[in-house]
Amino acid sequence: MTVPALGKDLLGLEPLSAEQIRRILDTAEPFKAVSERAIKKVPALRGKTIVNLFFEASTRTRISFEFAEKRLSADTVNITAYGSSVQKGENLVDTARNLEAMRIDMVVIRHESSGAAKFLAERIRSNVINAGDGKHEHPTQALLDLLTIRDTLGKIEGVKVCICGDVLHSRVARSNMWGLRKLGADVAVCGPKTLLPLGLGELGVTVFRRIEDAIQWADVLNVLRLQIERMSAGYIPSLREYNRVFGVSVERLERAPHDLVILHPGPMNRGVEIDSRVADGPHSVILQQVTNGVAVRMAVLYLLAGGQPELAVAAGGAKGADE
Amino acid sequence: MKPVVVRGGRVIDPGTGHDGVADLVIVDGKIAGLGRGDGTPDGAEVIDAKGLVVAPGLVDLHVHLREPGQEHQETVATGAHAAAAGGFTAVCAMPNTDPVTDNQAAVGFIVKQAAAARAARVYPYGAVSLGQRGEQLAEFGELVGAGAVAVSDDGHPVASGHLMRTALEYAQTFGIPVADHCEEPTLAKGGVMHEGVVSARLGLKGIPAAAEEIMVARDVILARLTGGHVHLCHMSTRGSVELIRRAKDEGLRVTAEACPHHFTLTHEACGAYDTNAKMNPPLREPEDVEAVCAALADGTIDAIATDHAPHHYDAKEREFDDAPFGIIGLETALGLAITELVERKLLTLPQLIERMSTVPARLFGLTGGTIAKGAPADVVVFDPSARWVVDPAESFSKSRNTPFAGRHLVGRAVRTLVGGRTVFGGSRA
Repeated sequence: MTVPALGKDLLGLEPLSAEQIRRILDTAEPFKAVSERAIKKVPALRGKTIVNLFFEASTRTRISFEFAEKRLSADTVNITAYGSSVQKGENLVDTARNLEAMRIDMVVIRHESSGAAKFLAERIRSNVINAGDGKHEHPTQALLDLLTIRDTLGKIEGVKVCICGDVLHSRVARSNMWGLRKLGADVAVCGPKTLLPLGLGELGVTVFRRIEDAIQWADVLNVLRLQIERMSAGYIPSLREYNRVFGVSVERLERAPHDLVILHPGPMNRGVEIDSRVADGPHSVILQQVTNGVAVRMAVLYLLAGGQPELAVAAGGAKGADE
Repeated sequence: MKPVVVRGGRVIDPGTGHDGVADLVIVDGKIAGLGRGDGTPDGAEVIDAKGLVVAPGLVDLHVHLREPGQEHQETVATGAHAAAAGGFTAVCAMPNTDPVTDNQAAVGFIVKQAAAARAARVYPYGAVSLGQRGEQLAEFGELVGAGAVAVSDDGHPVASGHLMRTALEYAQTFGIPVADHCEEPTLAKGGVMHEGVVSARLGLKGIPAAAEEIMVARDVILARLTGGHVHLCHMSTRGSVELIRRAKDEGLRVTAEACPHHFTLTHEACGAYDTNAKMNPPLREPEDVEAVCAALADGTIDAIATDHAPHHYDAKEREFDDAPFGIIGLETALGLAITELVERKLLTLPQLIERMSTVPARLFGLTGGTIAKGAPADVVVFDPSARWVVDPAESFSKSRNTPFAGRHLVGRAVRTLVGGRTVFGGSRA
């Protein structure tokens, strides 16, 4: 394979081809093994410096990236700008210029403004990885979702995936829609109309108004987190009613024609969008998603740094041979 | 003052119905008449206008000149010179200055700065409400006395139906229009672009077309109730056009303007988070653009206005959510209108001059808009077939925020005269 793996940045799944997405997923496979070893480290990114630039609170994504970077032997610095003097977007241009001046290799950015990752990427030479920009995209989350679906069902093409909940405000939903459609899945969304954006039809997505209908149709449900503040903003009347009308419960799932795979990007509101018995049940792959997150992020970091997919096995296996 | 003869151009004056090659003679800053080879007054300056169009100077009912308060973005003087360079001889400056132009001293200051600039005429708007806070009416009588030609809370829509009603009633004492930025605030809140498939894709909060149309409908109903003259700023949607058409059929005193960006660009221009495509009202959908063009052609929308909104480059060099709304427009308006409306045969040149000069001057009772004998010589000479490429660095404005950089346009002003005095051009004319 001589096609350039990814380009300079990973800003979203919308700009990627199906082939590029598959390449990331395939590259993640050998990296899965690294995390299963006693010594969880390979030298693939030795000497590379990576800044994790988080303008918005994040636990799972930030830690997942950090593990991925450390397991690839990169040197990392974490900058958490939220709650500090660096206010929202106040000086993203200056931040970019300062990072550039320190000659870093990669930036992982989480920001509350849609388009912020692209904004940064256009202004620095370093590789930029979008770890979530506003309501726009969260590509590594969608990649780990894709990998988890592929692991569980053995394929993505032809699989019926319904994204449930607050699609309007969800970057996870947008990245999933692009990734799933590019890999040939059938994509639907389900939620109250107040939380669905206009123009979904033009984006090639089916809309279900009722969760019962979505469950009848789907092979996979990707249940989005419902932000509590959506209630005060008037999008839904109450969490209780949301759970009653749209909650994914065992009772509802029992009426499905076959078992459904349940994904959730976390953090969960148990008893709101998803019932505990579903989250903890046999068809939930929620923790597998978290495990896959590290492997997918290792693959992205490795490919953006110029690593060849076919050598990833060697990169992942080099250390293994010593054990 | 030397007499001026603008010789051999195609003189178009929709006010008098004139359209033909003639010499325009200016004496003592006034139009002395139209002739053909009648000779030249002694000592006259001769402007060769062969192959060019000679028309009443363009009139822009909607600009933001940022002075006082934001002089790093624009001043009355730089704005008036940018206007002249775009072929405008008169512009109306919105009152969202700092402090707000809501009293006679503030209006007087703008009048004074405009006189000192010696470029296009600048007519101040007064605010509808004190501080544009939407609560207490400003002193329209004193505003008009100091030189205001209309009132508006532009930038801050008049949300209160009661305030809009009283403004439309009270303004009738002074014979001035109330210009409204139509935006229902709860529907538009937090929005940064048009709500549609592009905002869905980009994950940006949308402003629905309904936010504009609801307020257009309200203002039409209040115009019916009060008999007042409501002027609807920067109309951008098909629904608004339909509401205005019905209001006009009914004979209400409802007038409207549209901006060049709303008849040339769609929300797709925001597709790469280009902050120079961020404006309010936002760029809409192709069917809206089509409706605005048709409304300009049939007169449902009376005038073309720029909504010239200068912003310092720092302000636009940031995330889309945080960038300010608006673009500069004075120097691209004529070229965009000729390219998009005249070249595409939607409007004739005389119709375009009506929309950019005759009608706006008449709506607000301004000097200009005519080159009838005895009128002040506010004149534009433009080349309707000049081909040029927009280069923001050449702008007379202090700001550079335009989505039209690099765009190929047809038609450009080559000379602008205000009261018979050249305020732009000369070498090329």
